[in-house]
Amino acid sequence: MPVGTQGTIKGLTTNQLEEIGCQIVLGNTYHLALRPTSELIDELGGLHKFMNWPRALLTDSGGFQMVSLLHLADITEEGVTFQSPVDGKPMLLTPEESIQIQNRIGADIIMALDDVVKTTITGPRIEEAMYRTLRWIDRCIAAHKRPSEQNLFGIVQGGLDPVLRDKCVRGLVHRNLPGYAIGGLAGGEDKDSFWRVVAQCTAALPEDKPRYVMGVGYPLDIVVCSALGADMYDCVYPTRTARFGTALIPEGVLKLKHTAMADDVRPIDPTCNCMVCKNYTRAYIHCLVTKDAMGSQLLSYHNLYYMMKLGRDLHTSIIQGCFPEFVCGFLQKMFPKGDVPEWVCNAMEVAGIDISSCCAPFSSS
Amino acid sequence: MNFTVKAWSNGRARVGVLHAGGCPTAIETPCLLLSTRKGLPVFISPDILPSLPSPDSHLLQTSPLHFLDCPSLKAISKIGGLHQMLGLHGYSFAAVPRDSLLCLPNCDGTNKIGASFETPCGRMLIKSAEYMKMISSLKPNIWASLADEVPAWTSEKRNRTSVDRTVQWLDDCIALDPADGGAVFGAIVGGSSVGERSRCAQEVSRRNVSGYWIGGFGLGESMDERPALLNAVTDVLPEEKPRQICGIGLPEEVLQGVAAGIDLFDSTYIYHLTLGGFALTFQMDRSKEHVPSYQLSKIGSDNAKINLRATIYRKDTSPIVDGCSCYTCQNHTRAYINHLLNVHEMLAQILLEIHNTHHYLGFFRLIREAIKEGKFELFCQKFIQTRRGHLVEAAVCA
Repeated sequence: MPVGTQGTIKGLTTNQLEEIGCQIVLGNTYHLALRPTSELIDELGGLHKFMNWPRALLTDSGGFQMVSLLHLADITEEGVTFQSPVDGKPMLLTPEESIQIQNRIGADIIMALDDVVKTTITGPRIEEAMYRTLRWIDRCIAAHKRPSEQNLFGIVQGGLDPVLRDKCVRGLVHRNLPGYAIGGLAGGEDKDSFWRVVAQCTAALPEDKPRYVMGVGYPLDIVVCSALGADMYDCVYPTRTARFGTALIPEGVLKLKHTAMADDVRPIDPTCNCMVCKNYTRAYIHCLVTKDAMGSQLLSYHNLYYMMKLGRDLHTSIIQGCFPEFVCGFLQKMFPKGDVPEWVCNAMEVAGIDISSCCAPFSSS
Repeated sequence: MNFTVKAWSNGRARVGVLHAGGCPTAIETPCLLLSTRKGLPVFISPDILPSLPSPDSHLLQTSPLHFLDCPSLKAISKIGGLHQMLGLHGYSFAAVPRDSLLCLPNCDGTNKIGASFETPCGRMLIKSAEYMKMISSLKPNIWASLADEVPAWTSEKRNRTSVDRTVQWLDDCIALDPADGGAVFGAIVGGSSVGERSRCAQEVSRRNVSGYWIGGFGLGESMDERPALLNAVTDVLPEEKPRQICGIGLPEEVLQGVAAGIDLFDSTYIYHLTLGGFALTFQMDRSKEHVPSYQLSKIGSDNAKINLRATIYRKDTSPIVDGCSCYTCQNHTRAYINHLLNVHEMLAQILLEIHNTHHYLGFFRLIREAIKEGKFELFCQKFIQTRRGHLVEAAVCA
């Protein structure tokens, strides 16, 4: 899911998004509630109509932005207290209020307000947050006015503690929600811990409901999480990195700002069929990036095209029964010397995917 | 390149048909050259470009000055020139020695060696030889020779020198013209002197060129003195060759140019409108009477344009212009664009540039229609009256 923070993917039209195969876009409740406000969006017929996006939308609860963007944001049992960025007044975002805002915005999938804690924190705060998340999901369910039109997803918290994660999963599954997100990751924890939490959650969550790993991410992470049984992802990475001049390619990344690109007349990715790779050279894009809006637009287009294709390829390879081969091909291109990171090898082993053909034998240590 | 005059109206205004190479369809003139930065529009991405009216939108203006730092001439040549580099094969490119937004002529720095410009890469002195190397690499369909453009207030002596230099550089450029090069338009300058303008035009018309690029306008001359200067040039030039001008882009200025017999215009109007959050709305249906509105002018809008940043548009679910067939009006509302402007999202400029370009191309269509019907002068009068009508009303109501 590309992130359309303020009701738009930066630099792309809805037409272009449709063309590259985007099916669902994420909107940030915090930003939209500030401007143009959820009431205005509701009055004008909901976010789909407002942005003229005929496909699916998902809104987050607003909690994460508050905690990460605002000074003096604090979490209590009532909700998230914060200083209004408009006038500095103390304000409170409760689970009820978050759901009401999301009801007004009208996305197809809405997220429960959770008590999100950084995975780098240790101690009793994590346990407190996990139990509070469960108490809040009930308040969210009770406040949800449009259950037949909007799907409320719960978010599994619990830090890196498998016991807490397990309790949270059970608690949420008990509520029989339309879908489940794995939250609290993608915040700086080491990759080894990251995949283990994802693996534990996907193993315990119901098979017939979607699993959404929030804030993920890099193409490699998406491939690993998909192997572990996750279905949905969101990340600003493809569009944000485009604005800094970096293109996503099968080998990893290509930094278009680099002086070596100035005379390189190859396309960004010769295997890519997007209009940027079919028409433009690295040399030309090099002269646009970071200087002209068009550079951001073209790179964002390519990066999102790449991500959409990755999703389609993962999907198709699973259906066609050649997922392990796809994964191997993916890893071989990204790690031609066979230096696949250990965490990926471990995760794939647990996922039951044999990638020995693309891993160079480990040196004994 | 091929150009034929098809119709006249009230004197010098004329409709022509231009085959510029690049674009397979003939383009009618007077027409607008779309402004580009490094070959592509500032905001409209190349896959959206075809949604603009065709073939009107297929003439793009670029400048070698955009490519001063990169890509290198070697890279451009390796790629194969503008059309290849930009993936715009059905489009015609006109390359001129000026960019009214970023690369202004610096007449104090210009000397007999070359023309000086203030560019984003600093002050650059461009010699004819260098200029022609860039033209050969870029391979535009039309290119104008290097010119010494001076502002309106320059001294007589400096003005005379600029004419002599420009003619000399034209000869230099022609001598260096690659055999398979595009059509050369001789640059004509002369500042605010009718005599110098006429002299330059005469000199240039003696050279073997395919058309004329009239420079030195939009550099300080007043609207009142401009018609005489334009006429001094066009009176001397052969009728059957196209005339292109730079630097006069407002609707009234375009009408002045058309009245003097100019065929091709560039314009920074669209760019400035777009950046400012303005959308063109002036009446395109010549049969309808236009009703001026005092209320609009209070928020920076007038009969010609609306200021989409204004809060009155927060909940306005109508398109910018009812019935406009551009991508923006077919897909989005004033309320959405107002929001995008408010939160500083790039999509606002993309949508506005699409609409404003579409609308302005429509303006040029109206001009051509009026000329073909022999009613151009009437069209001008009516247009100017309507534009100024709201000002009169505002003054009266204030």
